[in-house]
Amino acid sequence: MKKSNDREVATPHLAEEWVGKVYTFICILFLIITIFSMVYFVASKGLSTFIVNGVNVKDLLTGLKWKPDSDTPMFGALPFIFGSFSTSILAAIIAAPLGFCAAVFMVELSPKLGRTFMQPVIELLAGIPSVVYGFVGLSVIVPLFRDLFPGQGVGIAAGSLVLAFMILPTITTIATDALASLPAGLKEGSYALGATRWQTIYRIVLPTTLPAQMTGIVLGIARAFGEALAVQMVIGNAPHIPHSLFESTSTLTSAITLSMGNTAMGSVQNNALWSLALILMLMTFVFVFIIRWLEGRKKL
Amino acid sequence: MSAKTADKIATGIIIAITALIALALIGLLGYILYRGLGHISWHFLTSPPEAIRKGGGIGPQLFNSLFLLVLTMIITVPLGIGAGIYMSEYAKAGKITSAIRLVVEVLSSFPSIIVGLFGLLVIVNKFNLGFSLLSGALALTIFNLPLMVRITEQGLRSVPVQQKEASLALGISKWKTIRSVQLPIALPVVLSGSILAAGRIFGEAAALLFTAGMSSPRLDFSDWNPLHSASPLNPMRPAETLAVHIWKVNSEGLAPDATQIAAGASAVLIITVLLFNLGARALGRYMHNKFTASK
Repeated sequence: MKKSNDREVATPHLAEEWVGKVYTFICILFLIITIFSMVYFVASKGLSTFIVNGVNVKDLLTGLKWKPDSDTPMFGALPFIFGSFSTSILAAIIAAPLGFCAAVFMVELSPKLGRTFMQPVIELLAGIPSVVYGFVGLSVIVPLFRDLFPGQGVGIAAGSLVLAFMILPTITTIATDALASLPAGLKEGSYALGATRWQTIYRIVLPTTLPAQMTGIVLGIARAFGEALAVQMVIGNAPHIPHSLFESTSTLTSAITLSMGNTAMGSVQNNALWSLALILMLMTFVFVFIIRWLEGRKKL
Repeated sequence: MSAKTADKIATGIIIAITALIALALIGLLGYILYRGLGHISWHFLTSPPEAIRKGGGIGPQLFNSLFLLVLTMIITVPLGIGAGIYMSEYAKAGKITSAIRLVVEVLSSFPSIIVGLFGLLVIVNKFNLGFSLLSGALALTIFNLPLMVRITEQGLRSVPVQQKEASLALGISKWKTIRSVQLPIALPVVLSGSILAAGRIFGEAAALLFTAGMSSPRLDFSDWNPLHSASPLNPMRPAETLAVHIWKVNSEGLAPDATQIAAGASAVLIITVLLFNLGARALGRYMHNKFTASK
């Protein structure tokens, strides 16, 4: 008699437990299915350029001429690849020292000002939408460069400057976390030996936190690499490798943004754009694995 | 140069660079507000845009952005919280879980334009939803899910383990414990994180170009039946958002006052995102004070 009573109490519990398990599992399953279908669809579209349309992989990766609409269409994506790499790496070169200095200020020089003032500044920079960065780049940086340097003002320099501001929060936040998590004894030991603050930062803090700093920088590059609209607005969108930093050029993302709407689904012109998207996606994988590798090193 | 001089110079440079970053932000915000605020008026906020003539507004775009935000949050929050609970409570440590973690990490680092393209291919074309608010909301959901999962995990991790154990010791089922004990305690973190995610959704444009579309059909703001094609609430209509509008006006705008419109719309966008940021901070602080004994 008592036993059956127990079962009556236990059953709703088990049903409830089951609901929770199934519900959360469906959510995570949705996430996993989404990403795998994403990889599958983009890859199948991107590869069809080579399989269906017979474009040579090597021609696409190393070709210098992008002329999808001419009689003998040419799909050389090297200018776009070059544009993407040069703008994002240059952006990281600008942003990394700035981010490191801001992090040093927030952790070592003035934690109070850092928390009350710089922290919100960085968060606001992170919160500004990319189109607004693009708009400001277009209406401030481009005219400024046009006046100061020969050329139209658009190009890699303008693009990477805009991107530098966009990735600064990422780099700063990770650098700050790295500096803050450093064992206090390390710094105190250096100070006890009579080292100045700068010597401590330069000789002790920077080398020990380097893997973490690199993680931030790579994350920043990854973000810059995938940013589309802000770059598209200031890069100029000419499909060739520029001779200077102030000459109009294109990136993978800007080429996709501009042309995807104007080409018919399934045409070779359209498929070639999907190949650019595939390159973008593969680069994301590369960045994720570099970050994982760096994080693994940090633990040692 | 002695070590002390070097120290002084380095300190000076670090302070100067930090000040430069702060000044850049102030200049950025100041510039947008200075350029944009003058153009904001009731007329600008409510009237439809003009293609060629002067004096177009951003009324439909503003409405679309807000409506899209609501739609996206309705889909994202239950999915994201569910997946977050799975990751933090149900997933057993092992190869499969770390593989799932890798998948979530990869998804979170996908560029938004890739998410938009996937939306174009699968949601717009394969599922035949067309350029519509619903397509846009689904694309933004994909874009934001990893963030939402991470926020939920963070929130659940902030729950003291004793609370959970006490509840389980009372014989309450795991799911009931999560729902009635752990989630309420995690709520401040989850809520302020969600508001920040909302700010991100509000400013997102690249994922929407090819999903929610770049056109905005005439809306009839007196017709609130979601099934009518001119109704603002119809989720199946194409909808250009504010962020997309800024991009479009800048890159192919024909109206003579395109720059002013872009500036005004940017100011509106910035002010909204600022409100989201401040709101998230204030709410987080308020709930933290309310739920904990700290002052």
